[in-house]
Amino acid sequence: MDSRELIATRVAQELKPGTVVNLGIGLPTLVTKYLPEGITLQSENGMLNMGPPAPEGQADPYICDAGGKKVTILPGGCFFDSATSFGIIRGGHVDVTVLGALEVDQNRNLASWMIPGKLVPGMGGAMDLVTGAQRVIIAMEHCARDGSPKILKQCTLPLTAVNQVDLIITEKAVIEATEEGLVLKEIMPGSSLEDILNSTDADLIIPEDLLAEDRAV
Amino acid sequence: MAAITDAATAVRQIKNGATVMIGGFMAVGTPENLVDALIEQGTTDLKVICNDTGFPNVGVGKLVVNHRISQLMASHIGTNPETGRQMNSGEIKVTLIPQGTLAERIRAGGYGLGGVLTPTGLGTVVEEDKPIIEVEGVPYLLELPIKADFALLHAQIADKAGNLMYHGTMRNFNPIMAMAAKTVIAEVDTILEDGYLDPDHVHTPGILVDYLVKKAW
Repeated sequence: MDSRELIATRVAQELKPGTVVNLGIGLPTLVTKYLPEGITLQSENGMLNMGPPAPEGQADPYICDAGGKKVTILPGGCFFDSATSFGIIRGGHVDVTVLGALEVDQNRNLASWMIPGKLVPGMGGAMDLVTGAQRVIIAMEHCARDGSPKILKQCTLPLTAVNQVDLIITEKAVIEATEEGLVLKEIMPGSSLEDILNSTDADLIIPEDLLAEDRAV
Repeated sequence: MAAITDAATAVRQIKNGATVMIGGFMAVGTPENLVDALIEQGTTDLKVICNDTGFPNVGVGKLVVNHRISQLMASHIGTNPETGRQMNSGEIKVTLIPQGTLAERIRAGGYGLGGVLTPTGLGTVVEEDKPIIEVEGVPYLLELPIKADFALLHAQIADKAGNLMYHGTMRNFNPIMAMAAKTVIAEVDTILEDGYLDPDHVHTPGILVDYLVKKAW
């Protein structure tokens, strides 16, 4: 399993039946493949109970997801305008949002929407999602393409939101972002404590049981 | 009552330099015929308010590649590389706005409000030059209303009274833009010549709509 699929399967385990979930564009969209039963997907362009991509040749041209891909709607779903959609998001009616990131830091800050002078796609709905959703899960590869760490003491890029990140899931680690700092919760299959420490530029709090586990290995 | 006309006639009143809201999310809900007619008649220096700039040859993206926009307010421009290029070269002045804030600012413009207080964007570049107002100990950004000379919408069905019904995710920004512009032009797939929409199923009240244009496929 490649690292992106590994991350997606681990994210799916965090999603509980009966919750409303918004999945961001890119890596988080992969989570739909592993979604447990009973999740209601919200799409910020105005849909609840979003279904899988439309079968080839049967797409309704007027139903798309937040990435513009033609999708379906499940029974019990509904459509609404953008003000209602962001009322649902900002008003705390979305339980979990899963987003990608360029950088995350140990103060629970997120940078995900621009690299000055290089890439300025815009924030889209990310700032509202991160501010409004009850739980913010960051799903991303542990390091940037050039190998540099993305989990930092302090974000260097323009922020998407301050002090909002709850959980970080990468192909190497599951890290809880708390008021006390970043707590390493799990070492992912194929990784090690040493690997995580070498590829993370933040202070990690490592619980005793994980240290013991690592010594045993 | 809304006047039924054709795309070329409807956009004739839109002069160079006009402020124009255009509905749609990833071009679903964007009035393609009206956009084409604007390009055809040579209108330029437009100040456009929209969610995103679609793709290079779809939706608002067509106005970008034809160099008709001088100022743009949007939440996301990443799916149309030409927008980013023109932004970096100084051809278009782009203001990126969080999607939920964009929706609320348009809603405020149309609903007679002096602005909205939102937590979105606090601690980010979005808060620059904006008052921060505390309500019951919680800080919010004051975001001001947005209005326009024209709103260009896309709906699925209209009746003779100008009432509009959308389908799927085409609703997005269309209903709130219908409230926030002096002149509202709606492109629709079907115009009911002999009857009316079920009043319970009307999404945009007909009194807001000035012109109806039947979409030519």
